[in-house]
Amino acid sequence: VTEVTAQGVDWAAVAPVVLTAATALAVLVADLWLPRRAAGVLTAISVGGTLAALVTVGLLWGDSRATFCVDSGAGVLASCSYVVNPVTLVFQAIVLVGTLVVLLLTHAEITAPADHGRLPGGETGFLVLSSATGALVLAAGRDLATIVVALEVVSLPAFALVGLRRRDPRGAEGALTFFLVSVVSIAVMLYGVSLVYGATGSLYLDQIAAALADPAGRTSVATAGVLLTLVGLAFKVGAVPFHFWVPDTYAGAPVVVAAYLSVVSKAAGLVGIVVVVSQGFPAYADVWAPAIAVIAVATMTLGNVAALRQHRAVRLLAWSSVAQSGYMLVPLGVATSGVTGSRFGEALSAVIAYVCVYAVVNLAAFGVVAIVSRHRPAGLIEDYRGLAYTEPASALALGFGLLALAGLPPGVAGLWAKVVVIDSAVSGEAGWLAVAVAVNTVIGLAYYLRWTALLFARPVAGREAVSYDVPAASGIAVGLALAVGVAFSVLPQVVLGLADVSAGLLG
Amino acid sequence: VIGQVLLHVALAAPLVGCLGLVAAGRRVRDRRSPEVGVVASGIALVALVAAALLVDRDDTGRAQLVTDVAWAPALDLRWHLGVDGLSLPFALLTAVLVFCCSIYTVRVRPEAGRLRAFVAVVLLIEVGMLGTFLALDLLLFFLFFEVVLVPMWFLIAWWGDPHDRPGRTSAATTFILYTLLGSALMLVGFLVVHAQTGTFDMVELAARGGEGISEGAQLLAAVAIVGGLAVKVPVWPLHTWLPDAHAKAPTVGSVLLAGVLLKMGSYGLVRIAVPAVPEGVGRIAPVLGGLAVVGIVYGALACLAQSDLKRLVAYSSVGHMGFVVLGVATLTPAGLNGSVYAGIAHGVITGLLFFLAGAIKDRHGTSEFDRLGGGMYARLPRLGALLTFGAVASLGLPGLAGFWGELLSLIGAFRPAGLLDRPYFLVLLVVALVGLVLTAWYLLVVVRRVCQGDDVIGARLPVLGDVTRHEAASWGPLVALTLVLGVWPGLLLTVVDPAVATLLSGGGS
Repeated sequence: VTEVTAQGVDWAAVAPVVLTAATALAVLVADLWLPRRAAGVLTAISVGGTLAALVTVGLLWGDSRATFCVDSGAGVLASCSYVVNPVTLVFQAIVLVGTLVVLLLTHAEITAPADHGRLPGGETGFLVLSSATGALVLAAGRDLATIVVALEVVSLPAFALVGLRRRDPRGAEGALTFFLVSVVSIAVMLYGVSLVYGATGSLYLDQIAAALADPAGRTSVATAGVLLTLVGLAFKVGAVPFHFWVPDTYAGAPVVVAAYLSVVSKAAGLVGIVVVVSQGFPAYADVWAPAIAVIAVATMTLGNVAALRQHRAVRLLAWSSVAQSGYMLVPLGVATSGVTGSRFGEALSAVIAYVCVYAVVNLAAFGVVAIVSRHRPAGLIEDYRGLAYTEPASALALGFGLLALAGLPPGVAGLWAKVVVIDSAVSGEAGWLAVAVAVNTVIGLAYYLRWTALLFARPVAGREAVSYDVPAASGIAVGLALAVGVAFSVLPQVVLGLADVSAGLLG
Repeated sequence: VIGQVLLHVALAAPLVGCLGLVAAGRRVRDRRSPEVGVVASGIALVALVAAALLVDRDDTGRAQLVTDVAWAPALDLRWHLGVDGLSLPFALLTAVLVFCCSIYTVRVRPEAGRLRAFVAVVLLIEVGMLGTFLALDLLLFFLFFEVVLVPMWFLIAWWGDPHDRPGRTSAATTFILYTLLGSALMLVGFLVVHAQTGTFDMVELAARGGEGISEGAQLLAAVAIVGGLAVKVPVWPLHTWLPDAHAKAPTVGSVLLAGVLLKMGSYGLVRIAVPAVPEGVGRIAPVLGGLAVVGIVYGALACLAQSDLKRLVAYSSVGHMGFVVLGVATLTPAGLNGSVYAGIAHGVITGLLFFLAGAIKDRHGTSEFDRLGGGMYARLPRLGALLTFGAVASLGLPGLAGFWGELLSLIGAFRPAGLLDRPYFLVLLVVALVGLVLTAWYLLVVVRRVCQGDDVIGARLPVLGDVTRHEAASWGPLVALTLVLGVWPGLLLTVVDPAVATLLSGGGS
């Protein structure tokens, strides 16, 4: 039994988390004092705080730190709950950039006329930032208790965000579905954690890893614990069979919240999986890797096939994001050989690279959908017909985002991401997985292309053209995502090299 | 250095033209935009011709004018461009065809309008096509290979057959999904090669000749790469996307599809599959050869059953590409030379035939044989003469371009590479000869039905103009090339042969 002793806290290591949490509170408090008209101040505070947190991540870049550690008895600091390394920082950066874009998009929602589905400014900012705080902790958490708590911190504000638009029954229904599935999955996960704890006697991932590494101590209890622990995280990324909340929840939620769920919340779930399997369960890779491989294929196939039949923009993006989760999981599915080998590092680099690209291009797509859906509340894909004639810049951003999600030029960033994922499957000697991804890319193209083509199609005569009058903050958000996406296309080394550095430290 | 710059100019000119048209938007008037296309594709053509003059023609087995810069080390992706005796003819063919198309577009506008977008799309396709032929890195090749897809979808779906809106959209979608499936499989093959050798460098892979790739991996990679490229070529029975796509595409789209896009597949076979995984290809070559001759006979029979000129030309591609693939499958210098020669000749001749079919369709509103009736000689003598010229060139009349490639492919099949079963290939040879006879038959049927006989519909039509000076200018280069390549095969073969020898020699040299 380890003795817990009080330690000094490394404030620099936790600075991004503290800043984000503080900003969340600041927004909530400021909302009490500010008049309704001053929504711009709220956005300024939340965006400023997020930027500050991003700066701290930048300052920590390349560092490796740990805090909240326990003395393992011999006077040596062994296990830590909060670890900052390049992988942590990459994911924290993704979370913060995603949050930043979402907050900018939210500005148009909180300044809208009251009869036009306005979101409450203080609450929205507070909830988004609170949830983001959880995601930041999740990226750094190295014990199962911290991870479970962080996961709940991501989820709880998200329930409220989904149902934030009052008097919207779809929102309430979406929030309820989300809530119920989340509660069930977290319960299953807690059960798994308890089994793992029972089998290993620890919640710290490094101690769990050490205990599980002994081949003699291999038990079915531990195996069950490992798999059940992953359930809660699989729910978060929307992997099959925990995916069915995704379309209802995305469609019921305000579009900006759906964007948040599909990028930040999903990245959080993914980093959770990455951390838990790589730090805690590497010895059981032969158990969880094939399971993840099967789930990955089921997820991408189901997501793509279901997306083919969608006629509403957000539902299509919801199913597309399910499919994308499948691609992201592929590298982990071939990590079997790699407790010590370099395969594990490669797999993680591939996941990180894919998530970076996905986050950016998906935000570009969601950003444009958020803009358009303000004027076309039905949210049909048909509403996008001829967007290129009225809003050429938005149409280009959405077209780029969709083709990048499909993985075809001109969305070259997505092409590189697909190459990385297929490469990880091939070098993991899982040819069937590579072929599954290849086939799914073809299915995916069918619906991404259908939508892209509509953007540039001639407007239907008789249907009035809507001037979207893109709000400045939304324009900046979409422009930012598009610019980064184009940068990733031209300079893939930026995102791939980033992952390369980090892999060595995690593996 | 100047040579490297020239290759980059050839790639950059159409790209800049495309981006310029998109960025300029309505500031460039629709009807002026074809001139942008002519200038951009003209610059590309001039740059490539200049590059061809710079190339050391005694050493075309080696990649020249090479640029090789790391692009994304994490992905092992390199910006690696160059030309050798194999890529140069294809790159020139591309530049010539796009230039002809651009000139054609100045006068003969697509009915669906949106000329600015049309020109931009064609230029983007040119970037992808040229890049595919100039790339010496597998990933870069893949990137350019994919660049073509989306613009080609738009070209078919927007400017295709104006009378059949759902048909052209579904043809475009079938095209893009099939070819994407093929190229995704091809990517898997490339990555298998990379996993085994640690390099994407085509020159390096050719020099190794499959060394360092285990037997199983060779077979796997060969199946994936050849299978993927076979969709693009297309090899029977993967050809089902082709007839609709070619028939529904606008004239320019058909010309580029048949003239260049199919060659991207056959070029990939010669450039990548054969040298990089020779043993794997050797093991599937009999299957490939068998499918190729089935394609030759099938294409010819399908052509005999067609009632529409444009569809007939489309199906004829299946047969002609069968000869191209048969040449590759023999794995001999003669066969590979024949494959390249037949590919170039098919590009030129079928490009011309699609121009002619388009011109006939524009003038008559239809390209169905029944509605056209006969009597083209009487009605439009020059167009009729050109159609006859194209048809006899296509059937492989000695003295015209179509002859040499198919002859060399057959010679290759007569003496296939040592590891292949000769009696089997002799059977293939016989079947291919039957296909050749059938090909001659259907092309002569075309001439008889369309050109000869009495002009029954002419009286009901408004006066139709014969070949205009403008059309003559845009088709002239193709007619000239058909003649030159027919009477002077050495022009091409002396350039191609050393390259083919290098690719076949592999690690043995």
